[in-house]
Amino acid sequence: MIHFVLLVSRQGKVRLTKWYSPYAQKERSKVIRELSGVILNRGPKLCNFVEWRGYKVVYKRYASLYFCMCIDQEDNELEVLEIIHHYVEILDRYFGSVCELDLIFNFHKAYYILDELLIAGELQESSKKTVARIISAQDQLVEVAKEEASSISNIIAQATK
Amino acid sequence: MNPFSSGTRLSDMIRAIRASKTAAEERAVVRKECAAIRASINENDQDYRHRDLAKLMFIHMLGYPTHFGQMECLKLIASPGFPEKRIGYLGLMLLLDERQEVLMLVTNSLKQDLNHTNQYIVGLALCALGNICSAEMARDLAPEVERLLQFRDPNIRKKAALCAIRIIRKVPDLSENFINPSAALLKEKHHGVLITGVHLCTEICKVSSEALEYFRKKCTEGLVKTLRDIANSPYSPEYDVAGITDPFLHIRLLKLLRVLGQGDAEASDCMNDILAQVASKTESNKNAGNAILYECVQTIMSIEENGGLRVLAINILGKFLSNRDNNIRYVALNMLMRSLTVDSQAVQRHRATILECVKDSDASIQKRALELIYLLVNENNVKPLAKELIEYLEVSEQDFKGDLTAKICSIVEKFAPEKIWYIDQMLKVLSEAGTYVKEDVWHALIVVITNAPDLHGYTVRALYRALHTSFEQETLVRVAIWCIGEYADLLVNNAGMLDLEDPITVTESDAVDVVETAIKHHTSDVTTKAMSLIALLKISSRFPSCSERVKSIIGQNKGSFVLELQQRSLEFSSVIQKHQNIRSALVERMPVLDEATFSGRRAGSLPAAVSTSGKSPLSIPNGVAKAAPAPLVDLLDLGSNDTPAPTSSSNNFLQDLLGVDLTQPSAQPGAMQPSKAGADILMDLLSIGTPAPVQNGSANGDLLSIQDNNAPIASMNTISSTSPTAPSSMMDLLDGFGPTPPKSEDKSAAYPSIVAFESSSLKIEFNFTKQSKNPQTIDIVANFINLTPSVYTDFLFQAAVPKFLQLHLDPASSNSLPANGNIKQTMRVTNSQQGKKPIVMRMRVAYKINGKDVLEEGQINNFPRGL
Repeated sequence: MIHFVLLVSRQGKVRLTKWYSPYAQKERSKVIRELSGVILNRGPKLCNFVEWRGYKVVYKRYASLYFCMCIDQEDNELEVLEIIHHYVEILDRYFGSVCELDLIFNFHKAYYILDELLIAGELQESSKKTVARIISAQDQLVEVAKEEASSISNIIAQATK
Repeated sequence: MNPFSSGTRLSDMIRAIRASKTAAEERAVVRKECAAIRASINENDQDYRHRDLAKLMFIHMLGYPTHFGQMECLKLIASPGFPEKRIGYLGLMLLLDERQEVLMLVTNSLKQDLNHTNQYIVGLALCALGNICSAEMARDLAPEVERLLQFRDPNIRKKAALCAIRIIRKVPDLSENFINPSAALLKEKHHGVLITGVHLCTEICKVSSEALEYFRKKCTEGLVKTLRDIANSPYSPEYDVAGITDPFLHIRLLKLLRVLGQGDAEASDCMNDILAQVASKTESNKNAGNAILYECVQTIMSIEENGGLRVLAINILGKFLSNRDNNIRYVALNMLMRSLTVDSQAVQRHRATILECVKDSDASIQKRALELIYLLVNENNVKPLAKELIEYLEVSEQDFKGDLTAKICSIVEKFAPEKIWYIDQMLKVLSEAGTYVKEDVWHALIVVITNAPDLHGYTVRALYRALHTSFEQETLVRVAIWCIGEYADLLVNNAGMLDLEDPITVTESDAVDVVETAIKHHTSDVTTKAMSLIALLKISSRFPSCSERVKSIIGQNKGSFVLELQQRSLEFSSVIQKHQNIRSALVERMPVLDEATFSGRRAGSLPAAVSTSGKSPLSIPNGVAKAAPAPLVDLLDLGSNDTPAPTSSSNNFLQDLLGVDLTQPSAQPGAMQPSKAGADILMDLLSIGTPAPVQNGSANGDLLSIQDNNAPIASMNTISSTSPTAPSSMMDLLDGFGPTPPKSEDKSAAYPSIVAFESSSLKIEFNFTKQSKNPQTIDIVANFINLTPSVYTDFLFQAAVPKFLQLHLDPASSNSLPANGNIKQTMRVTNSQQGKKPIVMRMRVAYKINGKDVLEEGQINNFPRGL
């Protein structure tokens, strides 16, 4: 299973963290510090796996961002690389050629998408189209609610004029 | 409305944080925002709640504390609208984890949302449940999840399946409920449901063997068919990854098949064909294909034997191993490691390639490969492998040397065919990476060297040579110095020359030179220097001509700030100077260290060959005085249940003692008043097979009591005659404490003497001496005074104390008490509760007057205070 997902920038800034196993707040920052130290310092041609505290961390760099996932020893590392790529492709479709800034200002969207992809540290959906469809349906719901709210406030505003 | 909360939007805050040039500036921004958010929380501001929470999540991601926002999540989740719930659940998953008690409050909201009419809200609740549920929540909400596995929308079914996985992980007992619904999921067409359903089945199989049996019987064929369909399916754009339809589904199916096939020939047989097809037809030029192949190889190696398939799998691994992609090589090494137990022969075939991987530039691959090589070493291939590894040691990176050195040492030690080879290899390692060699390893080397007398000369010369090239390697220097100290004579006169050796000429002063260099070298630490001093002392005895020079070198350390060195320097100087006559005897060669004992101890204390400075696993045996009281106490405890409680008067006591046999109601145990602990124990002592030979008149002057006692004594005598051994064994026990010579009695006692006991015939005085080094221990000298004109023979004094005291009795000065004379007996009492509890003691004296037995007993509780 995937124990946590971590997005870190080249500068070591955290862009997204998702924990599927319990880690206390202190431990989390320690893990992030430790791992970004190891991963950011690895050369470009090396393999994408780092052994760490009896687990394996699979990471892949996309532009300025490192996508890391921590898995068990017996999990399939190559598959996890595919999952990371799968996620990146979905993000790319959603934001339209995604960049780091998109993920900073719309970090919650990145989380929503991740939640449609992984639950309990396991893959949920292998179709990018399905994920995109569910996300847009939910975004739609939010838009409708917003419009309703603003129209209600308009009505109230007009009534109280 | 709060003037702060309406201030910044989420994006403004992010911009402000990003614009901060220093960490302090960033902290200031965050502090301000947090203050605003707190204020808004206090106002219970509804409009901006979701914006506040979004901000908090961002702040949380930066690593700042955000616990004050936890309740906001719950409020948002409880609100009716979808947008609020969406952000609320996100915050819940981000800011909380399963160990927080706040989480319990959300169970009810979750339950409601799991039954919501809006399927997206159900989805949100499932997602949150799957990511953070605790065991408690799992139990509460399992029925909801079970029901949702049959929900009409597949997107909910897949989420429910993953939730079920989490629930089973938290509470394995709940797996039963999910067996049937999960089996139904395997027939689905929707890939998301299929992927999660297959995975759920795999997880259930892990925790329940019943379920495993069930799935094996009912589902194996269906799964094989599903895998065949997906493997043969034409191009489908929705699921295509690099020309393969849904590699994720492939992998999950292969995983479940592995679980089903393991240990079951029939099921394994059923999946052979499809595994062969996947293994041979899958494209291996892209990562997705390789991921499937990797999984497939694992499955083939785990299920029941099928020769042809195994060959196919091993060939795939061979191809992987020679792949140029580091990732592929890494997984190949990983897989080979797992296959080792199944087919070590096949793995051995790839030895050369694996050895190349040890020299890879990638640390992850190096590490894997080294571990694999380590497992591959055996008696036959140890020589070439060790040679390769040691050669690589020269060029390897610093970070890797520690690991590599440890592994080489371990291999060489374990599989060395002969001693000379072992010594040679160790010398190479020491000169190459001596600083990484752990302490127990070089200790072991020295043990081996001492055990090989014919190699002493060879070893010391080789070390001498090696020392000249690599003085930086601390452990090499230590081993060399030790050997030169021991075998300096062999070094100089070339004794025990082997054929393969090049002769060298070393003069006596050369040997001293080397040690002198070691003691002065900047890298040498205290241990090395101390060892050098000993070596010098030994050399000075072996080569008397160098004695003066050695003395001056040793003397240089007289002013060392390190106590150890200073002391050695001073002591050795005086040995050389003043004690010429004993010097040679003093510094003789070390006796041969016993190899078996050493390795046994090492194995005991160092299970994983971890470094520890030779800690002795043997605990120092406890002193007799400490160990012995325990059995005594046990002994005294016997029969404590039915012991009548004594009172302080010796008359009554005697009755009580015999009370078991007395018919008098007053002697009934149940009617007795509670007693002090100290008294109890003595009673116990006395109640075990008491001989009870009471001399009627002397102890109890009272005629009435004599009469009272007459009958029971008679009966008692008959009883005790059946167990005459008990008292004597007790005496042995008391005597067994070791014959410490009695201390001289007339030490100035810090405490006044007391009269411990006085009857018409006998007086006992106690004199106390406190041991200054141990305030808890008191030496007591008992003085027994005969008040009658007759001689007491077979005199025996016995005493017992409660558990917090320890008593040690020395033998009395004599066992006969002359008329009107006295004898002495020393005892030692250790009071573990000193200052808290006073000393109390029960005593019994037995002796014979003219062949008649007399027994006197009493409790002593007039000990001076503070003893």
